[in-house]
Amino acid sequence: MEETFDLIIVGAGPAGISAAIVAARAGLKTIVFERGEFPGSKNVFGGVVYVNEIAKLIPEFWKDKTAPIERIITDSRIVFANDHGALQVGYKTDRFADPPNVVSVHRAKWDRWYAKKAQEVGALIVTNTVVEDVLRDQTGKVIGVRTGRPDGDVLAKLTIFCDGVQSPLLVRAGIRKEVLPEHVALSVKETILLGEEEVTKRFGTKPGEGVTFEILGSLADKMDGVSIMYTNRETVSIGIGANLRQWMDSKVTPYDMIDKYKEHPLIKPFVEGGQTKEYVAHWLPEGGYDTMPKIYGNGYMLAGDTSMLFNALHREGTNLAQATGRMAGETAVAAFKYNDMSEEFLKMYDNLTKASFVMKDMKKYRGFGHLLFDNKMIFSTLPEAVGDMCEEMLAVDGKSKKEKQKIIVRNIRKKVGLLKLLGLAWRGWRAVR
Amino acid sequence: MSKIEDKLYTTRFKVDKFTHLKIADGSICLKCEAKPCTIFCPAAVYVWDEEENHIRIVYEGCLECGSCRIGCPYTNITWNFPRGGFGVQYKYG
Repeated sequence: MEETFDLIIVGAGPAGISAAIVAARAGLKTIVFERGEFPGSKNVFGGVVYVNEIAKLIPEFWKDKTAPIERIITDSRIVFANDHGALQVGYKTDRFADPPNVVSVHRAKWDRWYAKKAQEVGALIVTNTVVEDVLRDQTGKVIGVRTGRPDGDVLAKLTIFCDGVQSPLLVRAGIRKEVLPEHVALSVKETILLGEEEVTKRFGTKPGEGVTFEILGSLADKMDGVSIMYTNRETVSIGIGANLRQWMDSKVTPYDMIDKYKEHPLIKPFVEGGQTKEYVAHWLPEGGYDTMPKIYGNGYMLAGDTSMLFNALHREGTNLAQATGRMAGETAVAAFKYNDMSEEFLKMYDNLTKASFVMKDMKKYRGFGHLLFDNKMIFSTLPEAVGDMCEEMLAVDGKSKKEKQKIIVRNIRKKVGLLKLLGLAWRGWRAVR
Repeated sequence: MSKIEDKLYTTRFKVDKFTHLKIADGSICLKCEAKPCTIFCPAAVYVWDEEENHIRIVYEGCLECGSCRIGCPYTNITWNFPRGGFGVQYKYG
């Protein structure tokens, strides 16, 4: 079927569907290819979406009864954990309840719903279809894609690639380089069924509201990682992630690690007795600004994870995908208005991302990935020292408080080193300022 | 502790009769000492077969994360997406 479209979008995730909604609304003949059975069936994420960016395309979507929102997050906690304890900092407020700021969703259900919104405005979504190659004319301009279907060449004036963090397609086509193991985190996650009332009870939330935990600390065997525990309507998502380079040197498998993590005193009481309903694995593009490919070229743009957009500190992966998908869609609409799909014109997309929070944040946190990767003590030594400190302060054991202070300082000196700690604080500040 | 088989049992797959994963050159695995693919793959797709002296690929349970493609120290794994509609199909994701 050699059919011509205005716009081809590869991948029905948050970036691809956002682009499709913008383009189809403006009347572009838009086709979206998705390799899964339905939009969302190949997609994985931690579990929360921010409302602001989605509402730009679907105003007040949280009032739509069909929107598969799990819980409105009104309690966000950050945890510093060692293998036997955890120090928590959290913020809970009713102000994030209505209108919501961030909600938990199941990616597979959410993307399916979101894709329907694109279909409603006229985008054609073709599932069960792998895009295998990029088609170019003699000048190198992208003119379409080759799909895995028989006679599967499809032509379009413009193509937006939203095919995710691991893109064999763009590597093969020479549009993006293969990623390096140190630039991605491999994460595994389990969705554990407890029942709606039980989740509400265990996490002490109001009905319909939820809590998120971001946990920094050492996983088993000195492996540095970040883990999460998010509440959904009737399930809890728990996930662990660490740099792929570290997994390659690890003696422990990801599935044994997540089992070990479920035994942690912070986690266990929340998930104990629950039934695992799904086990997933996925990459996070944590390499940051310096690992990003060029996001536009002659006849094409890149949006979302495939352009290595991720803000680890603010758990914004989907949000950046939503935003760049929208901007790529807006650029496509402008390109058709001026009938110009050239690289020069599509620089508009690059400019839009640079003028927005997307690239400003990516730039601001440019050094953050290096900071974590180069300073192992953030994950292991530091949470251990913090744990020791808390235990010393909390334990009533007949020692004077002055003695306790001395022990704490001595312990930090021994384990971390005061100069090292100051140096780390300085580097930390510089990495995110 | 639950085994990986129990975990994968909870995940939905539409298994193709063709593998999307291949070892490019089996002799390279013989000299690979650490065989990290047998550790880091979150779905235990790669199993070292002591008797046959080669890596057995249980592609049916692949979660399509891509780690083996870039994590094999010899980049000896040929990786393709499963054919359209096949492979893992997440219910929650």
